[in-house]
Amino acid sequence: MNHAGGYVADSRIRLVEWLPWLLALLCYIFAPSYLPLGSYVLTMIIFALSLDLVVGYSGIITLGHSAYFGMGAYVAGILAARLTAEPLLGLATATLGAGLLGFLTGIVILRTRGLALLMLTLAITSLCLEIANKATGWTGGADGLGGFAMQPILGLFKFDMFGKTAYLYCLAVLFACWWLVRRLVYSPFGASLTGVRENNQRMNAVGAPVYMRLVISYTISAALAGLAGALLTQTTQFVGLKVLGFELSGELLVMLILGGIGRIYGAFVGPLVYLVAQDYLAKQFPEYWYFGIGMILVLVVMFIRGGILGIVDAGIAKWRGTSA
Amino acid sequence: MTAALESRSLCKNFGALTVADRIDFRLERGARHALIGPNGAGKTTFINMLTGRLRPSSGKMLLGGEDITALGQAARVKRGLGRTFQINTLFLNLPAIDNVALTVAEREGVAWSMFRPANRYRAVIDESMALLQTLGLADDARVHVARLPYGKQRLVEIAVALGLKPKVLLLDEPAAGVPSLESHRILDVLAALPGEIAILIIEHDMDLVFRFAKRITVLSQGTILVEGTPAEIAANQRVREVYLGERHV
Repeated sequence: MNHAGGYVADSRIRLVEWLPWLLALLCYIFAPSYLPLGSYVLTMIIFALSLDLVVGYSGIITLGHSAYFGMGAYVAGILAARLTAEPLLGLATATLGAGLLGFLTGIVILRTRGLALLMLTLAITSLCLEIANKATGWTGGADGLGGFAMQPILGLFKFDMFGKTAYLYCLAVLFACWWLVRRLVYSPFGASLTGVRENNQRMNAVGAPVYMRLVISYTISAALAGLAGALLTQTTQFVGLKVLGFELSGELLVMLILGGIGRIYGAFVGPLVYLVAQDYLAKQFPEYWYFGIGMILVLVVMFIRGGILGIVDAGIAKWRGTSA
Repeated sequence: MTAALESRSLCKNFGALTVADRIDFRLERGARHALIGPNGAGKTTFINMLTGRLRPSSGKMLLGGEDITALGQAARVKRGLGRTFQINTLFLNLPAIDNVALTVAEREGVAWSMFRPANRYRAVIDESMALLQTLGLADDARVHVARLPYGKQRLVEIAVALGLKPKVLLLDEPAAGVPSLESHRILDVLAALPGEIAILIIEHDMDLVFRFAKRITVLSQGTILVEGTPAEIAANQRVREVYLGERHV
C-alpha cells in the first residue's frame, strides 16, 4: 500500500517502524565521528517531513519551503544572539514565527494553483533571502550570524564539541515531530488532505472547505520547517544565507523524491541516502561529486517512480508473490 | 407547499450562445423526477447551475424555499443538495469506504480532527459501511475504486452522494457507460432510496427513465419543451419530433 492513512488503515505502530530509531542509536554508539553529519541528516528529515506534508499529502507543489526553514533558523539565531540562548524557548519561538509566516503567505498564495503557485513560492523565498541579505544589523547579511553559545538543554545537557548532545537533541526533536506527523497523517484531517490531493473538485462537491484546509496544512508544515531551521541554527551555532533561497528548497525536493513522496518514511530515507552519498562522493571525488548525485536522481526518476521505498515495496511484493 | 428545489426564469448565456432560456422548474418533495432531452439541450448546464458550479446569467434558485442563487457549491451541499457526476469524479486511489467516509466525515464535522486516528471514528465508518451495503458493495469496501468495474464505480458515486444525507439528490446520468445488464441494478438501488429524498435524474437510458420517474421534464435548446407523467410524455407529438430517430420513444 502506497499511502498511509484513511478510515480503514491500521494506525498502530508496526515493528519495522522502530528500525530507524534503533539505527540512529546504533549510529550514536558505533560511529561517533559521524555525529555532526548525523545531526544534519536528522534535521533535514524533519524538514523533509514538513515538505512531504504539503507536496505528498496535500498536493501543493512548492519550491519555496526554505522560506520557513530560514525564518525558523534566523528567529532562533537572532533570539540566541540578542535575548536568550535557551534552546527549547528558541525552538518554540522559531516554530511559531515560521508558522505565522506560513499562514500569512499561505492565505495569499494558496488561492492559486499549478505553475502560478510554484512561481509564488519561489518569489516568497527569494524575498526572504533578499531581506536577510540586506538587514545586516539583524542577520549579519552575507557574513552570517554567529558568536552565540547555546545554553544547556533544560539546564542539564551542555552542547559538547563532539556533537553528542546535539545529535541526541536532534533525535529527540525528530522523534516528537515524527509522532505528531504520524498522528496527523492517520487522522480524519490527514484523510481529508489526501482527498484534496486526489480530487479537489470532489472535495468541494462534498462540502469540504478545501481552501482553509490547505492553508492550515501549509501553516503546520511551515511551522515544522521552522523548527528544523531552528534546530540547524542551535546545533551549528551559526546561521548563513544558505538556509534561504530556492537552492535548498530544490535540494530538499530532490531528497524527498529520492526517498519516496507521500509517505512518512520517504522523508527518512531520502535525506539519509542523499546526504550520506554526498558526504562519501565529496571525499572520493572532490571535483565530480555532484555528477554522482545527478546520476542517482536520473536513475530514480527514470526507473522508480516511487523513490527508494518504491523499490522496497516492489521487492517485497515480488518476494511475497514467489513465496506464496 | 414549497418545492424541494425550484428555479425561476433561470438563464445562462455564453456570449451570444443561450444555453438556458428562462427555465421555470419545480422539484416537489420526495419527487421521482427525470430530466431528459437530446444532446446539447442544456441538461448538464442546468444541473451545474442548480449545484452552484456555474453562475446563472439571471434568474433565481430556491432550495426548500430558501434563495440559494448566491451560494457556492459547498454551502448548497451543507443545506442538503447532493449530486453525482456524469463522469466519475471519485477518489480513484482510495478504497471505496474512504470515498464514502470522507463525505460522511465532512457532514459530521469531524474532518478537522488532527489527533485521533481516523479508524477510531466508528460512527463514520459504520455509516459508510451501511451505505455501501445498501448498494451491494459491502465486499468491495476495501478495494481501491480504480480497480472496481465501471458499473460498481457508478454505485460508489451514488453512495458518496447519499453520505451527504441530502434532501435533494441530483443524479447526472447514473447509468452512463454501464452495461445494460447492470443498469438494472442501478435501477433497483434507485428504487430503494428513502422516499423523503427528492430525486432528479438526468439520463439517456429511456428504459430506466420511464421505469423510475413519476414525472418527466423534457428540455430542448435550453428551454422546457413539456412536462408531464411518463405516459403523457410518451404520447407527446413534440417530444417525438425532438427525439426523431431515437428508437426508445
